[in-house]
Parts: sequence; C-alpha cells; structure tokens
Amino acid sequence: MSQTWFAWALILPAILFIAIIVAWPLVETVRLSFTNAKINSESYVGFENYAKLMESRKFQQTIIRTFYWMILSVSIKLLLGLIGAALLNATVPGKALFRVLVMPPWVIPIAIGMIGWLWLYNGHFGILSGAAQFIGILDGPFEFLAYKSSAFYSAIVADVWVGTPMVTLFLLAAMQGVSKDLYEAAWVDGASRWYRFRRITIPQIMPVMVSMALLSAIWTFNSFEIIWILTEGGPRGATTTLIVDTYKVAIGNFKFGQGAARAVVIVILLAAFSGVYLFFLEKVNRRYGTK
Amino acid sequence: MIDRYKPWQIVLIYIAVIIFLTFILLPFFEMFMASLRPLEHLFRSPYQFWSDDFSFRAYVDMWKTVPLLGRYILNSIFIASAVTLITLALVIPAAYAYARLDFPFKNVSLSLFLGVNMFTGAVLLIPLYRVLRTLGLLNTYWAMIVPGVAFLIPTGIWLLRGYIQKIPVELEEAAYVDGASRLYTLRRVVLPMAVPGLIVVGTAVFIGAYAQQFLFAVTFNQIREYQPLPAGLFEFIGYQSVTWNEMMAAALTGVMPVMVIFLFLQKYLVAGLTAGAVKE
Repeated sequence: MSQTWFAWALILPAILFIAIIVAWPLVETVRLSFTNAKINSESYVGFENYAKLMESRKFQQTIIRTFYWMILSVSIKLLLGLIGAALLNATVPGKALFRVLVMPPWVIPIAIGMIGWLWLYNGHFGILSGAAQFIGILDGPFEFLAYKSSAFYSAIVADVWVGTPMVTLFLLAAMQGVSKDLYEAAWVDGASRWYRFRRITIPQIMPVMVSMALLSAIWTFNSFEIIWILTEGGPRGATTTLIVDTYKVAIGNFKFGQGAARAVVIVILLAAFSGVYLFFLEKVNRRYGTK
Repeated sequence: MIDRYKPWQIVLIYIAVIIFLTFILLPFFEMFMASLRPLEHLFRSPYQFWSDDFSFRAYVDMWKTVPLLGRYILNSIFIASAVTLITLALVIPAAYAYARLDFPFKNVSLSLFLGVNMFTGAVLLIPLYRVLRTLGLLNTYWAMIVPGVAFLIPTGIWLLRGYIQKIPVELEEAAYVDGASRLYTLRRVVLPMAVPGLIVVGTAVFIGAYAQQFLFAVTFNQIREYQPLPAGLFEFIGYQSVTWNEMMAAALTGVMPVMVIFLFLQKYLVAGLTAGAVKE
C-alpha cells in the first residue's frame, strides 16, 4: 500500500505537467473542433468541420501525401541509419572522427539546418544546381523547390538529413551491445561477414529498430519546421502534409475550429497507425523471442 | 581472433563513409562558402564555385547588423539548459517508479505517457497558446521552456527507465536493510549509479530542446530580447536587403558552443546508450 503511494508521489509531478500542457490542450482541441471558433467568436457547429473534411478531395490527397511522405522518409532514414551504423561500427582507423562528423544535423536547431538546405536548393547560387550544370546534367539553373515533384522529394531529402543521425546513433549503440561471443562462435563455424551481419546483427538489434521506426514515423508524420521553412507547403500544395495544412488553416487563416478538426484527425490517424504497428511489433518480438 | 578486413574491404568502407559524410556535411559546407562571399558576389549567376574575393568580413559585420546576436545565441543555450534541468527533475523520480515499483495502473499510465509522443507543439498550438496566456507565461522565457519540457518528458522516462532497470537491485535492498528510507535510497544509491544514464537522457533532452525552439519562439514570444537563435537569425532578412552571408556566418558561429560541448559528451552518449538504455 505504501509502495503505491510512494510510486504515485514520484510520478505525480510529471503527470501534472503533462496534464496541463498536453492533456488539457488536447481536450480543448477536441472541443474546438466542434465549433467555428475564430479569434473573437465561437459557436457550436456539431460535426460540420468534420463533414467538410470528409467531402474535401484535397484533404484526402493531403492524407495520402502525408503517409507517402512518412513511409518514404522513414524507410530511407532506417536504411541509411543501418548502413551508417554498420560503417561506424567497423573497426577501421578514424572511426571516432566519423562518429562525431555524423551528428551535426541532429544537434543543431532544425531551422538553421534548413537555411543551409534553402541555399543548396537555390538554382542560381546553390552548389547542387551549379555542380549539375558543370557536369552537364543541366543546361541552366534548376530551382529544386519551385516544381511540384522536385520540391516534394527535395523536402524528403532534407527531412532524411535531419532524422538519419539519431537513427544511426541508436542503431550503432544497439550494435555495440551485441555480445562478441556470438560473432566469434559464428566465425569459428566459418560464417562469412555478411552472413554474420544478416543472422546475428540484424536479429539482435531488431527490438531497437522497431521501436526506433515507430518513434521516427511519428516524428516524421508531424515534421513541421522542415517543410515550413523550405516551402511553406508549396508549390501549389505539393509539400502540404497534414501538420502543415493544420497550421495554415488554424494559424494562417485564424480558423481555429477547422484547424482543431484537422488536429483531431492527425491524432486519430497516428493512434490508429501506432496501434496497428504495435500489434505487428508484438508478433516480431515473439518471433525473435526477445520478450 | 575474428577475421580482419581485407584491404579492398577497408577501401570500400572508406568510400562509403565519405559518401555518407558528404551528404551529412554538404549543407554546412554550403553555408560556410556562402558566409565567405561578399554580398554583392553572392548572387552571381552563372554559378561560380570559387571567387577570389572570399573574406571573413561577414563574421565581423554580423554583430553590427543584428546587435542582439550574442544574446540570441545565449538565449538558445539558456532555454535548452532550463528545459533539460526541469525535465530531469520530473523524469528521475517517475523513471525510478516505473523501473522499480509495482503499483496499480502502472502499464496504463506508462503507455499514456508514451502516447504523448504522438503530439507535437504544432498540433496543439492554439489551445497551448491559451493555456500559456491563462498562466501569464506568454512573452517570457517560460513560454518556450514549459512546452519544451512537456513534450520531452515521455522520451526521458522511457530512456531512463531502461537504464535504471539495468542497475542491480541488491544495492537498494542492502540500503533498506540498513534502515535507509526510500527517498534516501533513491538519492544516495540509485542516482549515483545512474549517472551514465543521466548523461544520455540529459544530452538527448538538451538536443531535443535545442533543435526545436523555432516554433514555440515565433508563436509564444514577441519580445526580441528573449528570442532564441533560430528565430533571431531571421532578423538578417531586413526590409531593404537580406544579408545572407552574415546570416550564414551567424548560424555557424551560433551553433559552435553547443557543437563543442557535444563533441565532449558524444563518447558518453554512445557508451551510455550501449549500456542498455535503449534495449526493449
């Protein structure tokens, strides 16, 4: 009994903090989503905001675009992170230096990294367009952020750039946690390096990979600053994900009610996604016997 | 001993590392190059990689163009440090409870905590604005610190709980036997043992708080003197002209202090993560 009290006393400060700063605003968001709240007015409109969203073809496209954005970006982050971690884990001279040099995109403010990318993507002054012209791939300046599909994939590259270092670091830590005995035993049995990577490293770091993937997916889904600074969701909505759309409606156009309805849709979609994901995670854990 | 790399494998590894690092470091290289070009040559087209008028003038002039630049750099570090200290103060007891104690609704409340990860400030911006207004925190440092803390608590608990679980429980039991109180045990037995884990959590929280100041700063704070670096940098975009070279110089200079601190901490970070904080 006293242990229960003690435990709750330890958790209470954190719970109170979350209750005021996250839970209460969440409740407010749900309430606002049933109103047509603007800056100084507010009245109850029932499900009107949601009904509008259901009918809107544009909104459906935004949902699809957001999932495409998330799945593509997270897949590349995990793949690059896995390759990066394997490279940094290799015992070659200079690996301590490599490890340091991989981290900056994670450590610096996202907004500052995006200033660098803005310049890179500039057709006239950026090195990417400049180098492409020099090699002869392009015969004139190319503005990466000015066209619908190039803007989308350019934003993905920038998002991958921000997210990859952290995935790399966590997977590297997981790889270093794998017992050396396993590798030596496999080596004695004549297993090749590639075989050891596939049959020892991958299964051993699987638990970290799957939880990293979920976290990364949620963050990527909600990735706001990157898109906002690079393109503000343009050109012509090509990089407008749900979070950007929500911001534009709520903050840009002061339609708090409609913005709140979008926020609620985000939460429902992410909760559903996490639920499905965790269901499969359970299966993976059982298969690899890690729980 | 396990087989060594053959020479061609080492060459391959280095080539791959160089490609990987080129991708990671390219924006920094581009920012550095832009910071060296005089403003009138910055917009030269067609693209020129090398100019013979490179100079470090922007690194001197930037302090004059944006007089508060030094303040912005310190604000960023101050805000992230405050977020880290408050988050740790809230996370340490909670993580201990989840790692060691049994109580009703333990798993439910832990999943609810982790569920907070599904929200970012951007989703809850308007109600959050109203809450901060009600609490009288708008246009203060707290407006940027408080939301930062809230969204970093879950990750903090998750990381530190894993770490505390790895500490042998026998030490605590020995302390109880000697008549120590629970709180005393937490403070004098568990905490010292958890130092490597605290470094991991502290660094991760600091980076999270440092990297994501932009949105809260531009939404919840109007006072220039309190602005962190990412928001303050946009002052280089003036009414007449944008001094891009100085903006790049300021961006690179501004992140230097934190990069240097991180350089010293990263060794402990990887070691601490390896020690088991992320297992599970």
